[in-house]
Amino acid sequence: MTDDHGGDVRLTGIAKTYGSFTAVHPLDLTVPQGSFFALLGASGCGKTTTLRMIAGLEEPSAGTVRLGDQDVTRLPPYKRPVNTVFQSYALFPHLDVFENVAFGLRRRGIRSVKRQVGEMLDLVQLGEQARKKPHRLSGGQQQRVAVARALINHPKVLLLDEPLGALDLKLRRQMQLELKRIQTEVGITFVHVTHDQEEAMTMADTVAVMNAGRVEQLGTPAGLYENPRTTFVANFLGTSNFIEAGVDGRSGADLVVKAGGGRLTLPADRCGTAPAPGGTILVGVRPEKIALTPAADAGAVPEGRNRITGTIRDASFLGVSTQYVIDSPVCRDFAVYVQNVERDPRLVPGAEVVLHWSPAHTFGLDAAQDAEAGVEEAA
Amino acid sequence: MTPFVTWLKRNLVVLAGLLTLAYLLLPNIVVTVFSFNRPAGRFNYEWQEFSTDAWQDPCGVADLCGSLTLSLRIAFWATLGATALGTAIAFALVRYRFRARGAVNSLIFLPMAMPEVVMAASLLTLFLNMGARLGFWTILIAHIMFCLSFVVTAVKARVMSMDPTLEQAAQDLYAGPFQTFLRVTLPIAAPGIAAGALLAFALSFDDFIITNFNAGSTVTFPMFVWGSAQRGTPVQINVIGTAMFAVAVLLVLVSMAAGRRRTRPKA
Amino acid sequence: MTATLTEAPPTAPAAGEPPRRRGRLTPYWLLLPGILWLIVFFALPMIYQASTSVQTGSLEEGYKVTWHVATYWDALSAYWPQFLRSVAYAAAATVLCLLLGYPLAYLIAFRAGRWRNLIMILVIAPFFTSFLIRTLAWKTILADGGPVVGALNTLHVLDVTSWLGWTAGDRVLATPLAVVCGLTYNFLPFMILPLYTSLERIDGRLHEAAGDLYATPFTTFRKVTFPLSTPGVVSGTLLTFIPATGDYVNADLLGSTDTRMVGNVIQTQFLRVLDYPTAAALSFILMAAILVMVTLYIRKSGTEDLV
Repeated sequence: MTDDHGGDVRLTGIAKTYGSFTAVHPLDLTVPQGSFFALLGASGCGKTTTLRMIAGLEEPSAGTVRLGDQDVTRLPPYKRPVNTVFQSYALFPHLDVFENVAFGLRRRGIRSVKRQVGEMLDLVQLGEQARKKPHRLSGGQQQRVAVARALINHPKVLLLDEPLGALDLKLRRQMQLELKRIQTEVGITFVHVTHDQEEAMTMADTVAVMNAGRVEQLGTPAGLYENPRTTFVANFLGTSNFIEAGVDGRSGADLVVKAGGGRLTLPADRCGTAPAPGGTILVGVRPEKIALTPAADAGAVPEGRNRITGTIRDASFLGVSTQYVIDSPVCRDFAVYVQNVERDPRLVPGAEVVLHWSPAHTFGLDAAQDAEAGVEEAA
Repeated sequence: MTPFVTWLKRNLVVLAGLLTLAYLLLPNIVVTVFSFNRPAGRFNYEWQEFSTDAWQDPCGVADLCGSLTLSLRIAFWATLGATALGTAIAFALVRYRFRARGAVNSLIFLPMAMPEVVMAASLLTLFLNMGARLGFWTILIAHIMFCLSFVVTAVKARVMSMDPTLEQAAQDLYAGPFQTFLRVTLPIAAPGIAAGALLAFALSFDDFIITNFNAGSTVTFPMFVWGSAQRGTPVQINVIGTAMFAVAVLLVLVSMAAGRRRTRPKA
Repeated sequence: MTATLTEAPPTAPAAGEPPRRRGRLTPYWLLLPGILWLIVFFALPMIYQASTSVQTGSLEEGYKVTWHVATYWDALSAYWPQFLRSVAYAAAATVLCLLLGYPLAYLIAFRAGRWRNLIMILVIAPFFTSFLIRTLAWKTILADGGPVVGALNTLHVLDVTSWLGWTAGDRVLATPLAVVCGLTYNFLPFMILPLYTSLERIDGRLHEAAGDLYATPFTTFRKVTFPLSTPGVVSGTLLTFIPATGDYVNADLLGSTDTRMVGNVIQTQFLRVLDYPTAAALSFILMAAILVMVTLYIRKSGTEDLV
């Protein structure tokens, strides 16, 4: 993105333990300057602790935090060029909006703050509210004050701790775009902690999925979604169907596996560690990649597609799409999302169907994992 | 059921409450009315005739205003001392983990659970044993002692309801520990500290039992009133009682009006 | 754009001490002055008093610790009526405070509307008039032949109270009734404020919910409001009972020699008779009695969190 790595956040072997409980296992992480980076995970996965260690609000048990070339591990929060937007916003109730935003500038001894604060309030579209006390603002406005209060200090990194958690769904979507706009405008590195996978995928250009104090996988939103490397990631980001299959052999760049009576193929490079023939593998496929054809028309399914058979157990009409739950000999509760382009009236509960999808949309995971990992957390 | 009975049933609690309020206020009304009395003898217990003599000369009784100033002085210093010490304890209790927490809590609670006469008597034993000269200083020491616990309780309640992330936010915004305390912690805890201080002032100013034991020959205002109950009650003590009541109500009304304009932060 | 991640090998903790937590000693510095004050001027005096209570001697020759425990026995056998009277008066005043205070607290919490603050001020403001002046006012209110006594006489209330031994003839002043009335008056705000605090916390919707579930107003009160206000009842009764037991001002100003409470005895022994061991023993017994009663009461009511 840029040759200047002077503003990268580098965590090296950073860990946090409370007594015998390990909140964050030693991890290395580099957040490039100017990126919008999301730490995604369920509550208690260590994402907030990691963020607070960058902010200096939590002292790491081991490892170092570097901002560019500066080692800030032992610096107290008020000496770090880093600012935070807190989950509860933590706006000072005794100060008005203007003074809240000016707080950081004043503490650094800057006298004439009026112009800067005014510009910042305009950026977050709160110019009119400058003299109001925080509790008289709406949730969304309070959230923008919190962002303005942090951004005005031109931090090297802006840390956002679940900043949209307290807002309702519609406002949250709006603020996601708003934050993204502000980030593009100011070009500051954003590290965003969230448990909302959609939020992480919408806003961030790099997402690190955390689970139980470890980073499970890191990548672009699309990369993580299309090619999850663990069942946790596969289930936490969206929904996945898994078929436990025995490895049969290879056919060119593809892996051939047996499940139930049939054969499935998938690209070998989409399997984390390709097991030897005879081993087992979890074959995964996303619900929206699958097409449904009534069993009577099975002949019409093109050659070369992965196919399995099943019975529709349940169908929920959602307007844009219909979600089916299908019982199949190889997997119970197979989820299939079909766009409502032309609805086939034969696709009703009880109907025998063929599920088929492109082998290229298939991924393989180590079968030693729990296929349900991350399902609860994503709910 | 007649409408009246229905109304009575619905508002019975209101009537009972208002009766209690009347019971609470009756003595103040009597004090006020009798501040305009011209008593026949030395005691101001029976109504004779209307007069504003006492109001025109509130300090007309020997030692009365001297004892009043002494009480105000003691209350001022006791409030200052108890508020400073009590606020520090409250912060330590809410914000830090330390050993002997239970012991500290008991030591705070016990003075409030102890009859005054017991504390008064035991403190006097200490002073007698130490050979201390009873007077201003012994009174002040005693007042700070029994006001302390009340300040701790008031401040603690406020600090406990305070969001600790506010201080973290201040630190995150370049305020060092001292600045954080001065700019964020203190202003937010202020209502609790003020409540504690006000309580301490009222308790100290009005204390009789503990003062009576530890004052020696020094006479505070409550002791003057006590003495006058034996020797003869001048109308002037009613004047001062009435004035204090009026000033208190006025102060509260003014501070409430000010508070309404500033609209206090939601808890 | 590059973003790298590797699981780092667990680094061994840095040699030597872990980083020192900032301000480990801060709480002790904050506690020190206030706690020291309480130790020297509250706890230490209790020990001095305990020691005084087992001393013998005279004012002229000085006192020595002789472990003369008999002082306690003598004090109890001489002054048990005053002890009993103190507990009885304080208990009566506490019950009256609860009966009178609850409706007012309820009124302020739920029914006062925009009058809430004004009533609150009127409850607190009398505090700022010296309580001695206000107690003296009861001398006027209950004066012989005054309107209150006259009304009670006409209604034959005094006949009943005389028969019960609460009043004497057509006098109210200098009788137990006057003392209890004064105690009730003086400690009523200490009952109302905690009651109000715990009532105010009750969600008004609970009343609606109870009504919705077919509870009559009285049942709602008995099953919902009152149980939820228990913390206020407990701290209110304690804040009333404890100081009332040790009080001697009301008994002195409104009572007679027949209404003397234990506080009067301690005061006289300490300040007039100068019999320090007896006074110390009495005050120690009072303290012990109250601590025992309070502990039992708190156990029974199951509320530990009072401060």
